[in-house]
Amino acid sequence: MLRYVGKRLLMMLLTLWVIVSLTFVLMVTIPGSPFNSERGTNEAVQSNLEAHYNLDEPYIVQYVLYLKSIATFDFGPSIKQPSQTVNDMLGRGFPISFELGIITIIVAVISGVTLGVFAALKHNQIIDYLAMGFAVLGISIPNFVLATLLIQQLAVNLEWFPVARWLSPTHMILPITALATGPMAIIARLTRSTMLEVLTQDYIKMARAKGLAPWKIICKHALKNALMPVVTIMGTLLAGILTGTFVIEKIFAVPGMGKYFVESINQRDYPVIMGTTVFYSAFLIIMLFLVDIAYGILDPRIKLHKKGGK
Amino acid sequence: MKTKWVDQARQEPVQASEVPDAWFVWKKQDKAALEAVSRPSLSYWKDAWRRLVQNKLAMTGFVFLVLLTIFAIFAPILSPYEVNKQDLPNQYQPPSQEHWFGTDNGGRDVFTRTWYGARISLFVGLMAALIDFTIGIIYGGLSGYKGGRTDHIMMRIIEVLYGLPYLLVVILLLVVLGPSLGTIILALTVTGWVGMARIVRGQVLQIKNYEFVLASKSFGTKTSRIIRKNLLPNTMGPIIVQMTLTVPSAIFAEAFLSFLGLGIQAPFASWGVMANDSLGSILSGHWWTLFFPAFFISFTMFAFNVLGDGLQDALDPKLRK
Repeated sequence: MLRYVGKRLLMMLLTLWVIVSLTFVLMVTIPGSPFNSERGTNEAVQSNLEAHYNLDEPYIVQYVLYLKSIATFDFGPSIKQPSQTVNDMLGRGFPISFELGIITIIVAVISGVTLGVFAALKHNQIIDYLAMGFAVLGISIPNFVLATLLIQQLAVNLEWFPVARWLSPTHMILPITALATGPMAIIARLTRSTMLEVLTQDYIKMARAKGLAPWKIICKHALKNALMPVVTIMGTLLAGILTGTFVIEKIFAVPGMGKYFVESINQRDYPVIMGTTVFYSAFLIIMLFLVDIAYGILDPRIKLHKKGGK
Repeated sequence: MKTKWVDQARQEPVQASEVPDAWFVWKKQDKAALEAVSRPSLSYWKDAWRRLVQNKLAMTGFVFLVLLTIFAIFAPILSPYEVNKQDLPNQYQPPSQEHWFGTDNGGRDVFTRTWYGARISLFVGLMAALIDFTIGIIYGGLSGYKGGRTDHIMMRIIEVLYGLPYLLVVILLLVVLGPSLGTIILALTVTGWVGMARIVRGQVLQIKNYEFVLASKSFGTKTSRIIRKNLLPNTMGPIIVQMTLTVPSAIFAEAFLSFLGLGIQAPFASWGVMANDSLGSILSGHWWTLFFPAFFISFTMFAFNVLGDGLQDALDPKLRK
């Protein structure tokens, strides 16, 4: 187990290094200095600015400085809003995005698993077809389309929910629905197919033969094993939800990190784009690592599998 | 287990030893029926196709995609309207005889633009799938076939790339390279091929130990030829499925990027650009400007997804009847 964790940890650090270096290389290759604006700055001012941000040093020194600043969680300044740093934006925006993301995951997992289990239990019956039809729709409709549909129908026409912003629980319902539907559909399909497989296993027959209550068989014996693949794709889903927050926050005017990120892309505010990408990538890579470890702990078979170098 | 013999006339059980010989009758054999082949022997691909045709949902997707491709090629040519020509007096016309899908904020015909968008979205999706396929097959095939140290190193590289968040890397690359059709496809494939390579490698690992590969090897066949002639044809099933799933994810990614302002740039129209441009107009009631591109994005993704699912079942040799 320790060996496995150590190996994953090494992989994680390597991945982190790749994304940080990639960001650095891209930043350096952008034509012109970040201070070359259309208005044109005084040359003395410009060289002072460059010295201030160490842009006059050779690349290798800049690289080391960059690695150092990332390691100390300093993601640099914003050029378009000089009074702000990326850290300021993260501090304000990230908690809101995090809240949105966490609730979305919880909603997606609970509803997805429930839907999948019911579909599997009523295999080839009307509930199964309805649930899977719903799931295919959920996978096919992009979240931004769903979001606009929800706003148009439920917020504008019926006036059940507020159109946008992030103030009270009722404001959260539409963005979370729009964001959670896709992952929910994926989880539902996965749960259904593994559940169907698990239900034919001998130990389930055994439990049935012993006269255990059906709900107990499903919750305690079948579901435990059927959920393993869901744990595996958790990392991918997380990445999807996280990037999904960018558009959802834009559409619903949620003041989260995604909004700053999209703004910084539109204004080509490179340090903010780079800083945010590095932060989010690091966040995701660490999450993936944790998911892997959790999987190793939950599934005793994993040690055998991993030895083959799979 | 003992079989119980029942006297049909008296409806009571009879001991096995007491069964009269008269009960046994020679079964008539029809020589012709025995000789006849019950079913023409099918090749793997014919059988897969036969099963795919039986899957109604997958066929719906397939037919939709064929129609979509035909329309994407011919509709813009036949349409009397120009894609990017603005006609401001005719702004926001609802769907009508002249404008089947209505007009948008610039008075442009949404019908024409939708099919132009289909061209770009399909092109991005297919190119991404094709490039992933090429790189994935070469990399995965080599890694799986060589095995040992080479495989180990190649797999570690893949693991690192696999850990990178896909869309974030795409965004990063596009911000620097500047959005255009070429750079979008490039950005989508820079890390996109990893999934394909993993699948190919897994398949090759499985198949390379079969006897026919060994036989080929003992004849002194070159590595590249073994990979091309022996291994790849037998790994095609999962690869095709993966390709049908790459296309919708690339189309989705393109639409997503358009939303961030990193998609195809105006005046070109992709579905994502059209949907993004009409976000505001839906609140003012011009629903058609959003509905048609959104519908086609969703239905194309749906079609590819069900086709992929259908292919997965059809190409699985275990399910062969």
